[in-house]
Amino acid sequence: MSAPVIVATDLVKTYKQTAAVDGISFEVAPGESFGLLGPNGAGKSTTMRMVGAVSTRTSGHLSILGMDPDAHGPEIRSQLGVVPQQDNLDTELVVRDNLIVYGRYFGLPRSHVAQRADELLEFAQLADRKKAKIDDLSGGMKRRLTIARALINDPRILLLDEPTTGLDPQARHILWDRLFRLKEQGTTLVLTTHYMDEAEQLCDRLIVVDKGRIMAEGAPAALIREHSSREVLEVRFGSERNETAAADLAGIGERLEVLPDRVLVYAQDGEAALVEVTRRGLEPITSLVRRSSLEDVFLRLTGRSLIE
Amino acid sequence: MTSVIPPRAAVRADPAKSRRYGAWYVVEHKLRAVRAYFWTMLVTAFGTPFLYLFAFGVGLASLVVDSQGDEFVDGVGYLQFVAPALIVNAAVLVAAEEYMFGMLLGFKWNAIFIGMNSAPLTGRQIIDGMFLFVAIRAAFTAGIYFAAVALFGGVISPWSVLVVPIAMLTAFAFSPVAAWSATITEDRGQFNIVNRLIIMPLSLFSGTVFPLSQLPVFLQWIGWISPIWHGSELSRQFSYGPTEPIWLSVIHVLFLLALAIVGWRLTVHFSVKRLDR
Repeated sequence: MSAPVIVATDLVKTYKQTAAVDGISFEVAPGESFGLLGPNGAGKSTTMRMVGAVSTRTSGHLSILGMDPDAHGPEIRSQLGVVPQQDNLDTELVVRDNLIVYGRYFGLPRSHVAQRADELLEFAQLADRKKAKIDDLSGGMKRRLTIARALINDPRILLLDEPTTGLDPQARHILWDRLFRLKEQGTTLVLTTHYMDEAEQLCDRLIVVDKGRIMAEGAPAALIREHSSREVLEVRFGSERNETAAADLAGIGERLEVLPDRVLVYAQDGEAALVEVTRRGLEPITSLVRRSSLEDVFLRLTGRSLIE
Repeated sequence: MTSVIPPRAAVRADPAKSRRYGAWYVVEHKLRAVRAYFWTMLVTAFGTPFLYLFAFGVGLASLVVDSQGDEFVDGVGYLQFVAPALIVNAAVLVAAEEYMFGMLLGFKWNAIFIGMNSAPLTGRQIIDGMFLFVAIRAAFTAGIYFAAVALFGGVISPWSVLVVPIAMLTAFAFSPVAAWSATITEDRGQFNIVNRLIIMPLSLFSGTVFPLSQLPVFLQWIGWISPIWHGSELSRQFSYGPTEPIWLSVIHVLFLLALAIVGWRLTVHFSVKRLDR
């Protein structure tokens, strides 16, 4: 395997007294799609800013493309594409000009940037909006433009901080499709998300982060195998009765998780578990059998839900 | 519609160029944004001097001439006296706008600084670029103003063209305002307060429309600490002077330079710190 493009060892970032990132270690291989999954405030964005060579680490070792961000910030950043959590497109410029001024920051010639901007607007499905004002774009379009902007310098690593937060389902799927194509073409992706489906779709490997620490690491399927059962039966008895019903469910499946609005029964065979629930004379208002997901992994590891 | 990302380009990002020309890329960006409101800027840049020159150079001047005779002060007419100071004031006003709104815009409302910094540009380059842009705006404003003064017959000496760089230097002397803006995270009307309680009074009590010596002694100190007074007096020396000893002119230059450099260094310092979250 070729040398990793990102190596982080015992990475720490402290603000005043609180540690936002508290000793995180990971490596990312070239061409890999790597994710940081965790709830808001877990330290994902802070980690991304350190990897993006804009935030100085408090301690630990960090190497991006073989360089130390403390000494070679501009050199590292010239090979990164960054999609921040909050769009920072220039609303005083039209769509195409946003790409052009940004491309110039990388020392690229004007003619090259102009040609590349047109190609990327095609890729981002914004070719017909090149003269549009930023404020007239939808949330999904702004995100796609930000991704196009991040690709203007042909980056070796694309950093995406919560790329689909705040988008409607259709816009999310368009975006995933574009990211998936990038991945297929070998671009190294590093993304943070608090959506488990996004992590499952896009990441080859991920770390589950909570309170600035790594809770687990691995491929999505392996993490699910390791920390959860194959299937989950979700039953709802009404918010008053979930607790008491849970007592009667004891022994069904491998494990129970009582949430305020439902009870989760972890089992190899969800349908069989549901049959047993009915046999015991319990009558859930609704029931659902599904595959285990990263949400279950997170719940298992932290006792909390990803989206709170 | 293409579904694949364009193939890897032969032209690669050049961090050495970003290191060298970063500040100019910021200027390029700002100038491109100006295109959208270039006409407004042009009309303001031409309109303002004509309004002021009519009001002061023609209107107020006739009153002054009635009471004081043709030679108002320093042995020149009122228009010649007031014009250099008006040019300096105009440059200061556009600079102050950039130091306050331009800065908070870049950090917050239209956070282009954050984007520039996630590309190869450094905090220092972003601020240098902003100040270069201020220099261009100040030169543009002062240059047009100077041309208008010439049209009104206010230019006596060819040296008076030096009012333009002096106006730019005076504009830079207000850069501590930018340093302060770099520390602001919420706009609670502070900018209006600075405009009304600092910049406006400074321009009123800085010997702009009447000589500082006309003020009671206990108010003259406002002029002495005001970059506008230093800039205006300095530009008068070249417009029709000298009217003061050379050491005083040297002090004007040093005072303005010192403020400009301190303000610039502090702005860089606070901005770098702010970007490194």
